[in-house]
Amino acid sequence: MRQAHALRVGAVGFRIGSAWRAPVAAVRTLYEGYPTPADDIPDLTVRLYPERPWRRWLRPSVAIGGDYWLPDAAPLPLAQGLLAAEMGMNLQVALGWRRHLLLHCSAVERDGRVLLMSGASGSGKSTLATLLALSGWRFLGDEFAFVALSDGAIHPFPRAASLKNEAVAAVRAAGGVVGPVLEETPKGTIGYWRPPADAIARMAEPAPPRLLLFPRFGEAARVEAMAPSEAFVRLTQASTNYVALGEAGFSALSRLVQSVPALSIGYPDSGAGLALVERLWGEA
Amino acid sequence: MTSSDEGTAPVYAADPPAGRLAVPLDALVAVYHRRSGTTHLLASPSPELLDALADGPADAATLRARLAARYDLEGDGSAMIDARMEELMLAGLAWRA
Amino acid sequence: MSRAARLLVAALRDPASVAGLGADDWTALLTAARAERLIGTLAVRFDPRAVPPAVARILADAAEGAAQERRAALWEAEMARRALVGLGVPVVLLKGTAFVAAGLDAGRGWAIGDLDILVPRDALPAVERALIVAGWEWVKADAYDDAYYRRWMHELPPLIHRTRDRMIDVHHTILPPTARPTPDAAALIADALPLGAAAGGGLSMLSPADMVVHAAAHLFADGDMAGGLRNLWDIDRLLREFGDADAFWETLAARAALHDLASPVRRAVRLSADLYGTAVPPGWSGRPSGDALYRRRLLARDGWGRQRYPFTRLGFYVRSHWLRMPPAMLARHLWTKARRGKQ
Repeated sequence: MRQAHALRVGAVGFRIGSAWRAPVAAVRTLYEGYPTPADDIPDLTVRLYPERPWRRWLRPSVAIGGDYWLPDAAPLPLAQGLLAAEMGMNLQVALGWRRHLLLHCSAVERDGRVLLMSGASGSGKSTLATLLALSGWRFLGDEFAFVALSDGAIHPFPRAASLKNEAVAAVRAAGGVVGPVLEETPKGTIGYWRPPADAIARMAEPAPPRLLLFPRFGEAARVEAMAPSEAFVRLTQASTNYVALGEAGFSALSRLVQSVPALSIGYPDSGAGLALVERLWGEA
Repeated sequence: MTSSDEGTAPVYAADPPAGRLAVPLDALVAVYHRRSGTTHLLASPSPELLDALADGPADAATLRARLAARYDLEGDGSAMIDARMEELMLAGLAWRA
Repeated sequence: MSRAARLLVAALRDPASVAGLGADDWTALLTAARAERLIGTLAVRFDPRAVPPAVARILADAAEGAAQERRAALWEAEMARRALVGLGVPVVLLKGTAFVAAGLDAGRGWAIGDLDILVPRDALPAVERALIVAGWEWVKADAYDDAYYRRWMHELPPLIHRTRDRMIDVHHTILPPTARPTPDAAALIADALPLGAAAGGGLSMLSPADMVVHAAAHLFADGDMAGGLRNLWDIDRLLREFGDADAFWETLAARAALHDLASPVRRAVRLSADLYGTAVPPGWSGRPSGDALYRRRLLARDGWGRQRYPFTRLGFYVRSHWLRMPPAMLARHLWTKARRGKQ
């Protein structure tokens, strides 16, 4: 492909190829200082290409492809090429990665133990992870938690966090630098927050889990214990590769829900959420 | 223990216990079925029924007898056993012998 | 002809050919192998100690993935067996599931998607009812597609299982009834071989010669030859496994003629010998100029996983429809599709 960039995030080596310069330039800037894939052989390939040859020039529209592919991944305008690259990386990992159990969770670490937060888009898991990283926690990732199949440790996947809508202002208010910001994407406004140097430098350093939270943003403050079997079911639904891993995935997930307490929490705003998480971490 | 009245009581079979991985989580047991790669969350007595089939195919009355040898049971329960076995067959964990 | 595709064919043919490959060539080779659904096959053929660690990890993933796929495919076959065993009709496993169930070399590393089975045409209604009782349901709700499948295709409209999310294709022959070649479906079923107790009893597979004939029909007449390197690899493995048996080649020629597929079978054998080095008897090899287009098409995958030569691809798309449908029907089909596309 005309433009290409390779980088490593945590355990994953990516190669991003594009028919246009702009998306690759944006990736290169956002991920400056990230290492290259091990042995310079990427694990996964992302392709950004015009749906039809002429769409490269005329109203360019970026289709997302690669090693693995979904029929309903809709193309994006060229101005949102960085989002296309990010979605492409997510898609390849979600469908193709098998060296860890993948949970759709954000993860931060303190004192050598990991806090996992699982939730759908809008639950606030990205925002909470970013805000915790701004107040002394190590950022492991805002999208996927990589659970080691051998010992259950959580491996970092410190991609840039993608903050949606009001989260951009919340992170800026807490002193975080957010950019670039893409307006009017299919997911609304998206701002990218680059993880701190420490998170990038320690991207190969795993830590065992200690607490699992299922946060819900915009609710009255509440804390409810969740039975291991319910956490198990919810995490199978929050995993993109649980079924593909077979027995290894079952063993990793059953060990996780047996070894770590799970709590469902509600919180009205980011400040209250942060305080609640800090309190629960102290009690865990 | 006699077999049920009509003489056509369904006889069930299941993979041996080594064909499954069972992890008790709380009131539910997470079961990984190796042959299919499927995961099931089972409530008692379904995991016990599957294990009781380790001694070979059996109908509900025989299964009840096998369970009674290991657990304290109340009532007859054959209808309940048939209902549980029906669910296990739908899940692919058991079949008609 | 792409360098990635040539690297892939060389690596399949002779795993030692990868010695000394640089990082970019490895990347191109692995990407093309994934796109051609051959990476699982590569994975079981390489010694992981003989390749760079990053490659060994990627191949280990692929081998593990293929093992899971194998298990899932066998389970789908078992579920179909349990659903159909009471009907007392022959059920023949086709393609990858048959290779795996029979323990054939062609099944090693197979990326199996759907379950394909062959049953007698007059058993179709009973088979369909039994599958629906056992939890399969129709994928396409569209009345035109449904009618089209039932009238003109060689299979029921695809069914998908509502909890396991896997597709089953129920065939009554191996090419659409409208296609120019008309395989003898009754002979396929009559000569099928039982799969033995390991497969649960009640399932069978095509005879070796029919299996090769079906693979060749699949290579040329199904789809637009996308994924052709995988299908041709199956043919190479089947020929290596069966080729030494008594009178295999004579039987293959006779069955190909019986099923009206002599020319595609001969071309498939030639291409297999040419690309993968299959040993074939005199008279089966050769390199007529007409094969060049097929070679080019088979080797069109580039190092980013893309099909090159889009022009050739279009030619093959129309051609593959031509093989399956008489012209008037093709026009009607394309017109209906186009009209639906505009809505």
